[in-house]
Amino acid sequence: MKDTDTAIPRTLPIQSATFTKEINAEIRRAAATGIYDIRGGGAKRRVPHFDDLLFLGASVSRYPLEGYRERCDTSVTLGTRFARNPIELDIPITIAGMSFGALSGPAKEALGRGASAAGTSTTTGDGGMTPEERRHSSRLVYQYLPSRYGMNPKDLRQADAIEVVVGQGAKPGGGGMLLGQKISDRVAEMRTLPKGIDQRSACRHPDWTGPDDLEIKILELREITDWRVPIYVKVGATRPYYDTALAVKAGADVVVMDGMQGGTAATQDVFIEHVGLPTLACIRPAVHALQDLDVHREVQLVISGGIRSGADVAKALALGADAVAIGTAALIAMGDNDPKWEAEYQKLGSSSGAYDDWHEGRDPAGITTQDPDLAARLDPVEAGRRLRNYLKVMTLEAQTIARACGHNHLRNFEAEDLCALTLEAAAMAQVPLAGTDWYPGKGGF
Amino acid sequence: MQTYDLTERGLRGLNSILHAQSEDTNQVSWEVVNPRGSHAIAVGLDAPLEITVKGSTGYYCAGMNQGAAITVKGSVGPGVAENMMSGSVVVEGDASQYAGATGHGGLLVIKGNASSRCGISMKGIDIVVHGNVGHMSAFMAQAGSLVVYGDAGDALGDSIYEARLFVRGSVKSLGADCVEKEMRPEHVCILQDLLERAELHARPEEFRRYGSARKLYNFDIDNVADY
Repeated sequence: MKDTDTAIPRTLPIQSATFTKEINAEIRRAAATGIYDIRGGGAKRRVPHFDDLLFLGASVSRYPLEGYRERCDTSVTLGTRFARNPIELDIPITIAGMSFGALSGPAKEALGRGASAAGTSTTTGDGGMTPEERRHSSRLVYQYLPSRYGMNPKDLRQADAIEVVVGQGAKPGGGGMLLGQKISDRVAEMRTLPKGIDQRSACRHPDWTGPDDLEIKILELREITDWRVPIYVKVGATRPYYDTALAVKAGADVVVMDGMQGGTAATQDVFIEHVGLPTLACIRPAVHALQDLDVHREVQLVISGGIRSGADVAKALALGADAVAIGTAALIAMGDNDPKWEAEYQKLGSSSGAYDDWHEGRDPAGITTQDPDLAARLDPVEAGRRLRNYLKVMTLEAQTIARACGHNHLRNFEAEDLCALTLEAAAMAQVPLAGTDWYPGKGGF
Repeated sequence: MQTYDLTERGLRGLNSILHAQSEDTNQVSWEVVNPRGSHAIAVGLDAPLEITVKGSTGYYCAGMNQGAAITVKGSVGPGVAENMMSGSVVVEGDASQYAGATGHGGLLVIKGNASSRCGISMKGIDIVVHGNVGHMSAFMAQAGSLVVYGDAGDALGDSIYEARLFVRGSVKSLGADCVEKEMRPEHVCILQDLLERAELHARPEEFRRYGSARKLYNFDIDNVADY
């Protein structure tokens, strides 16, 4: 090398912000395989979220409650509109629908154990209700999905509520997917499918289309169950105002709104990352729909998608929700993506915290699998205890914030308790930008 | 025979009374008059009752039936016998969309024509249609048999799994992964039994059998145009 060469400053290699390492790797993978990327979980991209909101806390104008000394209640009742037996929950945090098939039998049992110990409900999924799940769940919501796998009137009658699933936040407009690796003998039998096939569920219900039909379908479900249990309608967050209004019109007792951070067992990555709304963006429109129809609090609103802590719970309630549902966080509490399995995640080409190939059925934690040896790694009693602890901690955190805001019940949170850190969050949550009394869309700037 | 006037006494009362009947009830026979197109008539029954509906019904008549024998002396709206588990439903007139959708068992007989998506996502139910069926019938059909004495519309058996389709007349087109298959002796036996139970006077040899080519069971990039 000549001295003159070293004297010339060289441009450093610049990685493209458009063609990132991850993007390039995906292009190469697609070129090699000819199939889109399938994975589990919810949106991983950064979107405005509850982290972009802060509570204001007490001040001269509002006095706080004493922590540990003054009561702050947490109960909530879901399904008060039409059902003879609404669901009474001790805490406003429920477990979202996750199927046996996507999850192992012990994992489903653990969800039931944990939820029951914490005084809340858990939910079936695409594939029907298992006896273990029913036995260990004091309050069990039975999902009514387009596939109708395992659907039968006996299970319908022994459910504590029915959730008509119209959509899911991770894939609004898409159906379920369970690849052949996870279609074991038992899963195949429950779903009336050949073992080992790649199961792709329908995206629309087979016997109704549109809100007018949905109203009649809900009537049928009520008649079959003698108007005993609440009927939820779950939608993926896309058009939250109108979907909420139409669900109410159709006769829902409860509307479940699932944002794009909500997980799925398996679908296309492009679907997860590019379709739907962030959870934060869908709460206020849904609440406005309920208010405009004069049924806010009469028809309860459950929010899901990326709920991780008591702070997230409190923020969702402050924006007008009655309860939240968790899925991914519950799995993590039970042991999913635990660093103790790092060596095995590495062998699968992933890492703890990033592992999302739930569809492959090789989960080292034994949760998203049908492999008997892997499933045996999860102790449902211990995993249930961990979930109970986590739910209790979330509740304590929400209570801590509630007392600091002067509320003696979690239901008393209100939007005025919040401010936003970013313009985007202020616009979506319709709470003032921190230090101002203004948010985008509100006059008077 | 118990007679229930639906217009006079209402839907809730009807289903409530029928649900209250146990397996050993002696009030087995029921006649429902003045249905006037009401929805959700006789849904969720769980006893060996014999119900005759005298007139036409709306959506989901006999939905999720388990063990009852229900006859409709008229036509039915969408979703008749949806998700039926066992028992039988006989429709003397025509059926609207989604007849027998997702049914797990039992026998559905439609003596007239059935509209589109008859037998959609069927999971073990047997359906016999004396007339024609509309487009997309037996879509994603998983198990059971669909027998059509007349013609079938477009895309019969699209994305079918293991259900058996028997059609005597023409098939306008087959859906993705649905093919004509050999009618073997065991299929003739199955069909003969269904024809007899459905009181349909026809010879099994007149029918053609259709089922899954099983090419779409696992993803293959070479079949991507069919997905």
